[in-house]
Amino acid sequence: MDLSTILQYIFAGIKIGSIYAMVALGFNIIYNTTGIINFAQGEFVMLGGMFMVMLSELMPVGAAFPVAVVAVVIIACIFEMAAIFPAKDASVITLIMITIGGSFLLRGAAMLVWGKSSFALDPFSPGESIDILGARVEPQIMWIIGVLAVVVVLLAIFFKFTLTGKAMRACAANRAAAGLCGVSAERMVLLSFGLSGAIGAVAGIVITPVTLVNYTCGPMYALKGFAAAVLGGLGISTGAVVGGLTIGLMECFGAALPFRGASSYKDGIALLVLLVFLFVKPSGIFGRAAISELKKF
Amino acid sequence: MAVLLLVPRFLPKPYHVGVMVWCGIHSLVCMGLSLFMGYCGQISLGHAGFCAVGAYMSGILTTRLSFSPSLALLFAFIISMIIASAAGMAALRVTTRFGSPPRLATVAGTIVSITVGVAIGLAAQWLTVRWGFRPVGSDASGIQTMRLSFSPWLALLAALVVTLLLGLAAGMPALRLRGHYLAMATLGFGVIIYVVVRADPGELTGGPSGFGGIPRLFPEFSIFGLVRNDEERWYYFVWGILIVLLVLLLNLVNSRVGRALRSIHGGETAAKAMGVNTGKYKIQAFLLSAAMASVAGSFYAHYVRFVNPDPFSLVLSIEFVTMVVVGGMTNLWGAIAGATVLTILTRYFRVFKEIGLLFDGLILIVVMLLFSEGLFVGGARRLSALVRSGCSKIRYLFGGATKSA
Repeated sequence: MDLSTILQYIFAGIKIGSIYAMVALGFNIIYNTTGIINFAQGEFVMLGGMFMVMLSELMPVGAAFPVAVVAVVIIACIFEMAAIFPAKDASVITLIMITIGGSFLLRGAAMLVWGKSSFALDPFSPGESIDILGARVEPQIMWIIGVLAVVVVLLAIFFKFTLTGKAMRACAANRAAAGLCGVSAERMVLLSFGLSGAIGAVAGIVITPVTLVNYTCGPMYALKGFAAAVLGGLGISTGAVVGGLTIGLMECFGAALPFRGASSYKDGIALLVLLVFLFVKPSGIFGRAAISELKKF
Repeated sequence: MAVLLLVPRFLPKPYHVGVMVWCGIHSLVCMGLSLFMGYCGQISLGHAGFCAVGAYMSGILTTRLSFSPSLALLFAFIISMIIASAAGMAALRVTTRFGSPPRLATVAGTIVSITVGVAIGLAAQWLTVRWGFRPVGSDASGIQTMRLSFSPWLALLAALVVTLLLGLAAGMPALRLRGHYLAMATLGFGVIIYVVVRADPGELTGGPSGFGGIPRLFPEFSIFGLVRNDEERWYYFVWGILIVLLVLLLNLVNSRVGRALRSIHGGETAAKAMGVNTGKYKIQAFLLSAAMASVAGSFYAHYVRFVNPDPFSLVLSIEFVTMVVVGGMTNLWGAIAGATVLTILTRYFRVFKEIGLLFDGLILIVVMLLFSEGLFVGGARRLSALVRSGCSKIRYLFGGATKSA
């Protein structure tokens, strides 16, 4: 394999890995605040793409982007209020099933509204693929990397410097103590879902020009995003980004393996990684075993 | 029981009996799953994978694989050796169980066990060759080539063994996990099987489109001329096996083993402190549920006589868990009831094809929010509470202020 092929794979890996990273970030936010794994996260990604497709026919891309994100945030919040909040003291199994049910619900609704076909978007900036050292790179990839960087930076600023962000971190660290300081846990949970929805929507919007979106694409993103989150350490944002990019790269290089039919096994690679990590080091790359023992489950 | 026997007579169309067959197949999986999830308190989101393994193995072994008679003979020999040693060991345990004096008894015991073992082994070999394989196909020029392929029952057994091995490989590390992690591990495992089966390495699994031509499981029989068509045959077959297994499982659940499982559900650390070997029981429950799923999958393959990857996706695993939860997790009857109700409902809503998925999700959420103990346990309780409060309100209304509420 020569340099240009390797570079091609690297860019492909980064492209899809960024999406997994954003999904993983979404998982982490909800997990940190509530201890739940939100299986509907993939649906947020799908809905972001769907709304964007629908809205970009009515208004220019620049306006459609925030409107689509807001739409998904609203849906995420409704989901939280209707399904998660009433079950706040329920067992792990119950919560898992509820989020799974939510993902079915959102998928079914999407099928009713948009049908079963796949949709595409025009790339954000027109133009031919750029040639970097022999690898053809679509401009959209630059957008994706850029968006990921912006999201990470904005999240970091939010959590470190804003009052609400610090309140969320307090809620994540110790809900009761945060409550004593005047942080409303319910509002924080709602906020975490909204934020996750926003990140998921952004991811979905930014990947749709490259990969088609249709109503069934959610669960795969959710699974691989979760694999990325576990890989990096559940609840750790650096881990989410590293994990996402790693899994993206592994997928693309795995598909290049020299045995026949390797590309159909591509989807299994992320899951295999997930399984291996769960079996061997559930706390992930950056996590520490002692801390993960203390977590809710 | 009588109700079950009579049901097909009352159902107007073979389609309906067919739906009941599906209920039976799903119930098979759910009973096993309820053992693992309800009694043992774990969670598995990957059981569709086991069904897939069962179905695909049954399909592959009966259609795609064929070998020459000598190879079949070798295979039969290996099987009979395995059975022989198992039988021998069992016999040995039986003879030494009664605490007879050492030397003579041991010799006698060994002789007995060897004899039993050899006898069973020979019988198994003869049986396997005679009934385990069947001649298959002729080549293009029309000459009958002497090749043998697995017969359906043997394939089912082989599928079972493969599933158990897979379950062991996946279960041993996975069952050290709990809660969300276990759910994700089982989910990942189930999806990996789906991906593998769906991929396309040539002739073996048929890729995304699957393959057909799977032979029948049992010949066309008729009980006293009462059985009218194939759906009914399958109905009696599946539900018959279900009843047998139900009896066996009920026995298991009410025994020491069942109590051990329930103690694990109640609190694993406490169970360990009481001396319950949690690891062993969890694996056993997992393997048992995997075995039932595999058998159900094999039944599916022989019923539909066609396998493809589509039914065995993540959605099916979740449907199984829904069925178990809806029926009440800690309840074998509940598992059957949940499977039946949900299968009928989804088949009914398939007519309104569009709403199916949405409805699934809605049911799931509603059930989990309101009846987290299952419709039949929590529901009954809530219903009676509702009725009681209603009655007291009525009494208050009619009795006036003198009666206390």
